[in-house]
Amino acid sequence: MRAALLVAVMALVTMALRFLPFLVFREKTPPYVRYLGRVLPAAIIGMLVIYCLKDVAITAAPFGLPELLAAAGVVGVQCWKRNSVWSILTGTALYMLLIRLL
Amino acid sequence: MRMNRKIVRQAFYRSLPVMAGYVVLGAGFGILLRNAGYGVVWAFAMSAFIYAGAMQYVGVSLITGGAGVLATILTTFMVNARHLFYSISMIERYKNAGKYKPYMIFALTDETYSLVCDGKTPDEENADRYRFMLSLFNHCYWVGGSVLGSLLASVLPFSTAGIEFSMTALFVASFTEQWLETRDHLPALVGLLGTLLCLLIFGRERFLIPAMGLITLALTLLRGREEAAQ
Repeated sequence: MRAALLVAVMALVTMALRFLPFLVFREKTPPYVRYLGRVLPAAIIGMLVIYCLKDVAITAAPFGLPELLAAAGVVGVQCWKRNSVWSILTGTALYMLLIRLL
Repeated sequence: MRMNRKIVRQAFYRSLPVMAGYVVLGAGFGILLRNAGYGVVWAFAMSAFIYAGAMQYVGVSLITGGAGVLATILTTFMVNARHLFYSISMIERYKNAGKYKPYMIFALTDETYSLVCDGKTPDEENADRYRFMLSLFNHCYWVGGSVLGSLLASVLPFSTAGIEFSMTALFVASFTEQWLETRDHLPALVGLLGTLLCLLIFGRERFLIPAMGLITLALTLLRGREEAAQ
């Protein structure tokens, strides 16, 4: 039941974020909000990258090597193809291969 | 007002690139959720009602990690804060959408936003119906992909261990793409290094909320720098 509660919370907060500006701002948006709109997305993605890697064990074999190599693969394919579906597929497949090999 | 076939067809063609991405990423989410012990009903409900890709991936780890309600509210707020800004920029464009408007606001994801943003519509009169259909098609792909992944996870003939890396890959890909698109890399570095610092100080159980605070504070303090540069 706790899981259902958390799902409901996530749905409601997400909905609130999408609807709020239509209810509050209408025409004029404060400059500080516009500024956050420009800079926050990039910072939050950076935060989420670290969040995803928080459980990587770098002090024991294989020393986070599968994560490091697969993430490098994602960066490489993204720079090359500029298509996130390709880079996510390649990176995930690479990771699944590496954890079986290393 | 009847939905004419031409509008539906145009919206469908326009949505095809999103179909590929949503079915694949939705399926990845469905598999991940199934591996965490939550089946097809959960996949359907989360994709239909939350309908925010990155947040749903994070949501799986919140649910399995036993997060509290407050942590879930704050995390959802930070991960999805960008939606505030998508909505802000659509206030003008969705102004006259009438009965379609509530659903269009609900369904404004990153991908739908980018399609609606480029402004190509069949004609002014049908623009809102076209955008509504575009939103609906994308939503269907996402829900369909999630359900498909959840169902597939139990019958796949090979082990899906490691599929959870798709979440990391998703964020690394977004990080790389925004890095390539912008010249000002300071916000991205603030997010990356600020969070790393909080992880080292607070430990992996409780670093996320301090990180959100630190990032907001740092970006607010850096605002003066930007104004000085202009």
